[in-house]
Amino acid sequence: MSVILDAQGLCKTFGAVTAASEVSAAIEKDSVVGLIGTNGAGKTTFINIVTGYIKPDRGSIAYEGRDITRLPPRAITRLGICRSFQIPQLYGSLTAFDNMMVGIGIVLRNAGLAGYFSRGAAPVPGYGRPAEEVAEHLLGRFGLLEERDRNAQVLPGGARKLLDIALAMVAKPRVLLLDEPTSGVSSQEKFGMMQMVLDAVRAEGVTVLFVEHDMEVVSRFAQRVLAFYDGRIIADAAPQAALAHPEVKRYVVGQRA
Amino acid sequence: MRRDHTVTILCTAFVFLALAGPWLPQWAMFIMTVAFARGLVVLGLLLLLRAGLVSFGQALFYCLGAYSAGALGRFFGVADIFVEMAVGGAVAAATAFVLGFLLARYRGIFFGLLSLALSMILYGLLVKSEALGSTDGFNILPSTLFGLRPGAEWVRYAVLVSAAAVALAAALLVHRYLDTPLGRLAPAIKDNEIRVEYMGASARRAVHVKYVIAGGLAGIGGALAATAVGHIDPEMAYWTTSGEFIFIAILAGTGNVAAPFVGALIYGAIHTMAYDLSPNTWQLSLGAALLLLIVFLPEGLWSLFSRYVRHS
Repeated sequence: MSVILDAQGLCKTFGAVTAASEVSAAIEKDSVVGLIGTNGAGKTTFINIVTGYIKPDRGSIAYEGRDITRLPPRAITRLGICRSFQIPQLYGSLTAFDNMMVGIGIVLRNAGLAGYFSRGAAPVPGYGRPAEEVAEHLLGRFGLLEERDRNAQVLPGGARKLLDIALAMVAKPRVLLLDEPTSGVSSQEKFGMMQMVLDAVRAEGVTVLFVEHDMEVVSRFAQRVLAFYDGRIIADAAPQAALAHPEVKRYVVGQRA
Repeated sequence: MRRDHTVTILCTAFVFLALAGPWLPQWAMFIMTVAFARGLVVLGLLLLLRAGLVSFGQALFYCLGAYSAGALGRFFGVADIFVEMAVGGAVAAATAFVLGFLLARYRGIFFGLLSLALSMILYGLLVKSEALGSTDGFNILPSTLFGLRPGAEWVRYAVLVSAAAVALAAALLVHRYLDTPLGRLAPAIKDNEIRVEYMGASARRAVHVKYVIAGGLAGIGGALAATAVGHIDPEMAYWTTSGEFIFIAILAGTGNVAAPFVGALIYGAIHTMAYDLSPNTWQLSLGAALLLLIVFLPEGLWSLFSRYVRHS
């Protein structure tokens, strides 16, 4: 399989804190990768560097062979790398549907299909359907049709999480980074939610990286695991092997080796 | 989805005004023309407010538009009302474009105070400029209309209809713009800029665009006010003038592009009546009106109208 995302020797320090230390990982196209580690281990920093929110002190990131290390988040989004957030980043005063429409509007605008006076009636790139239909389609995919006309700020936690991911799907990404998609969701609902998200996302042919603290979820859904500790990747392997790694057991899972 | 009648309402109002205009008393024509001028500024403010930005400095562009119009007459002998508005709008928009590189970086109180500071700089410069009449300002040539000079009794009507036509065009364009993906970005910027960036758009650039549009509209409004009043002075850049625009915006609400004009007209009426009742304490009446409004209609007068539409 070909490599879609290639991080090489990423380093980042915030004062005395090392958030990333020589982080290297080649992500294969169409894979599902789980990122694990305790809080502060460097998982979110990795996502922030890949998506351009944080610039690394050293190291580089290539996306399909192209260097994206210094690009701003919006440029990286346009290239096809999108993300969701640990704390959902929504447009609180708008309805779920309008949240989607804002996102779709940006996609149309970036494709030159909407301007100062054109409403953007053209089919949405990547989906080939009008904006309203794409919004409904994605809301449906994530089980949010019932919440369509409710304001984002009054949605329950799980729905907010799903809407956040649905928003990330608007631009039809090739790589999707999910920061703790199931945090705040009860342990019974976690599997169902993760299954729904992966079904929705994989149907569009997206490579997925997700941060997760529940090791059962990781071993069920990830094909490969990157375990972070103290800004480093201490294990990079298939789930069973990674979780059996002594350092992972000690620092991440919390068992004595 | 509820049908939007804004375009029909605006066009009908314009036709009605154009037909009824000749029967209006001169003072009413004057109040309405000034209301259109202020309404144009507030229309621009509406764009910024929807994106969560309060500019305390729209008087900068209002004054620039007025002085551009005045300078046209004073130095080039041009007094055509449409040329004045075009030049006033262009000068203001160009200034907003340059200042926008600085201002689009700021939000909240910083944006507000920086815009206020810039308008006070213009005020300071004008007060010191002998060539532009210093604190007294100067008079504006009587308007012509496409080179024609209307008869004395028709000047006010001609200016009023020109003002209404420009206001109509501006309102329709802004209405259309608000319905495009770019226009719909405004509440999104207000709610969550991080998400806007992560969806692939530049919030800063969107704010910059809105700031330029708002500046241009304020410039057109300033040029219009200059020709309507026939006199300009540095007070037009003073911070209290910016305050008036915000007052009108709060009075009117940001719900619809017609609201700024209705608000400006009501503001003009309250202002005139308050001044008539007590010339020395008119601010008191105006202040009381605003207070009542904020308490009882926090979303502006327009919310009365939209509430009515929702119920019917």
